[in-house]
Amino acid sequence: MERLRRTMMFVPGSNAGMMRDATLYGADSIMFDLEDSVSLNEKDSARTLVHFALKTFDYHSVETVVRINSLETVGKLDIEAMVLAGIDVIRLPKTENAQDILDVEAEIQKVEEANDIEVGTTRMMAAIESPGGVLNAREIAQSSKRLVGIALGAEDYVTSMKTTRSPEGIELLFARSSILHAAREAEIAAIDTVYSDVDNEEGLRAEVEHIKQLGFDGKSVINPRQIPVVNDIYAPTAEEIQNAKEVIWAIEEAEARGSGVVALDGQMIDKPIVERAERVIAMAKAANLISKEEI
Amino acid sequence: MVKNNVGKEIPKEFADQYGVFDEQFSNVKPFEEASRKINPVKPGDEKLLGSLREAIEKTGLEDGMTISFHHHFREGDYVINMVLDEIAKMGIKDISIAPSSLANVHEPVIDHIKNGVITNITSSGLRDKIGAAISEGIMENPVVIRSHGGRARAIASGDIKIDVAFLGAPSSDAYGNINGTKGKANCGSLGYAMIDAKYADQVVAITDSLMPYPNAPISIPQTDVDFVVEVDEIGDPEGIASGATRFTQDPKELLIAEYAAEVITNSPYFKEGWSFQTGTGGAALAVSRYLRRAMIDKDITASFALGGITNAMVELHKEGLVDKIIDVQDFDKNSAISLGENENHYEIDAEFYASPFSKSSAINQLDVCILSALEIDTDYNVNVLTGSDGVIRGASGGHSDTSAASKLSLVISPLIRGRIATVVDEVNTVVTPGDSVDVVVTEVGISINPNREDLIEAFKDLDVPQFTMDELRDQAYEVVGQPKAIEYGEKPVALVEYRDGTLIDVVNNV
Repeated sequence: MERLRRTMMFVPGSNAGMMRDATLYGADSIMFDLEDSVSLNEKDSARTLVHFALKTFDYHSVETVVRINSLETVGKLDIEAMVLAGIDVIRLPKTENAQDILDVEAEIQKVEEANDIEVGTTRMMAAIESPGGVLNAREIAQSSKRLVGIALGAEDYVTSMKTTRSPEGIELLFARSSILHAAREAEIAAIDTVYSDVDNEEGLRAEVEHIKQLGFDGKSVINPRQIPVVNDIYAPTAEEIQNAKEVIWAIEEAEARGSGVVALDGQMIDKPIVERAERVIAMAKAANLISKEEI
Repeated sequence: MVKNNVGKEIPKEFADQYGVFDEQFSNVKPFEEASRKINPVKPGDEKLLGSLREAIEKTGLEDGMTISFHHHFREGDYVINMVLDEIAKMGIKDISIAPSSLANVHEPVIDHIKNGVITNITSSGLRDKIGAAISEGIMENPVVIRSHGGRARAIASGDIKIDVAFLGAPSSDAYGNINGTKGKANCGSLGYAMIDAKYADQVVAITDSLMPYPNAPISIPQTDVDFVVEVDEIGDPEGIASGATRFTQDPKELLIAEYAAEVITNSPYFKEGWSFQTGTGGAALAVSRYLRRAMIDKDITASFALGGITNAMVELHKEGLVDKIIDVQDFDKNSAISLGENENHYEIDAEFYASPFSKSSAINQLDVCILSALEIDTDYNVNVLTGSDGVIRGASGGHSDTSAASKLSLVISPLIRGRIATVVDEVNTVVTPGDSVDVVVTEVGISINPNREDLIEAFKDLDVPQFTMDELRDQAYEVVGQPKAIEYGEKPVALVEYRDGTLIDVVNNV
């Protein structure tokens, strides 16, 4: 079953208190940041903090992601500390092309091999933040088996595009669509950019509805208060849940009968319908709309 | 040493004098109320005096007497320091002070202790430098910590015999009709002062807003007041409204508030005509926002909100979600204004509010109260008085009163503060016994007191994680470790009375 990534919460790697509390708010993934939110003179201490946070706190089933610095600066040190601490996913900032991914992958593999960690254990995620990155989204998405998703970082991107962000998001439509297509073709997740105005719940709601309709798996969030808003929008409706249940029941019934052909209300149930139903059920469980045991 | 019912050792001399805590209501018995001296005022007599000095002289205040104050001006109070300075200048010594509470601004109290002017203190709490000085052991006699209801009981029963009450009066006429809703330092309700006025032998009203006779509404009547003094300023309005109305954006406080609201709105008490008290502090105020939404969604209104009142309560009342406000003190400007303008916003005194020895107090009618904590232990005992270093820095307030009397008491607190566990094996100081605490609410989930089987049943499908107190403690210790025991000295510096007058704990010097 594909992992849910409705919300990926940014946690500055220099903030021990937030690292301790990060699981409280219901984010599907927690992204510890060693890059932009950490000042130069705190890079080393933040790396150590995140390393020990990962080894000390129980993050339960929440996916742990770390945004590392570029390989040209302290990225290699970041990779070593994070792989050793057992991070789930290493996220590259400002990914321009497939080679960026391969370079980081090589570093990860070195650390895994040197420490008897099964090669491939550490997964990767790419953040696309430039026009070049957007145009290379397809090769980036297909560059490594470790890749679990690609994320859009919009702030640098809109500046490069000589525009600014608008409530409607028309300026991001090409980037979002490109990343989505690349992700879907490669069968990995697509994560939308952050919404920076934390006090504007209405604006966040509108943007999440927009990106959900486009097809994104979820959104990066910068404040725990944004999580319930995103999760609420991603929660399926009662009708969607009922339809999904009926699809699953129809399949179970067909399997019990030994029949290969499944129909519901006179309509053939094919693979896409089943996948959609499974996804709705997973979302409903995550939103506590149906019990974990129900189906 | 005598061990009380929450396992605390009380030195024998104090155990003999006060009795030791047994059970919540075991010491509530009929008693003969204390009475006061009256100096009748004849036609033509003047109560308005020229100076504070003259008023002190007229009262005949002398060495060894007890004086009292109210704390409605909180950090904006000028009255306590003004009166104590004057008394010190007059060379009067060995005074017992019985303010309803003390704030940081009363730091000069320390010097008056050192120079022998003050030799005894009873108060709800001690903050900052005064708390630190008391904990160091600068006083010969221990401070007696009393809850708001406990203080009213102590005054009514004669345990505290007030010779002279010096009461800051936001507005008064020359004959001593006082209210807190008019004047420059308007603090709203005078609930804690009213009890002093009712029982003290002599009452001096100190005002900076002298009104024509009669000054109405009358919160404290002329029949309780002996003298009136006009001064330049009795308080700083900024300090009176001491930031209690801040609405938190802290996600952890919001999460705690959300869990608390889940507990309340899914409890058997959340129905038409219910009642509640939220207190102040970020999370407590946030709870009222969640309650507002739930009351609207479920079409439920509350019959009353009680206690220390904030603007959040006033807003709920204006929206029609809370029918009446019963007010013993106001924490901000808007609630003080509302008390003056709104006919369904009532002022009550501390005895009416919370005394366990009154002919019923308002808290007995209360469905739900939300309380805070510095520490909570695995027996649900709560400390709101001493910090993790053992130093007195908090206040008993109405904590043990509302906890005992309300039908559902919630103690809300983060599991960890800074690097220190809040849920611990044993609290440093017991102020509120665990038997009176129903549900503990933290950011990781809740713990229901096993003695509330009805609530355990009611909350079995609640969408909030539930733990035992041992599990909550373990979670806290796992992150920050078990705190090292505090090394107290041998000298008792504070006696902590339970609301019924027995000793629930003793704080030693550190």
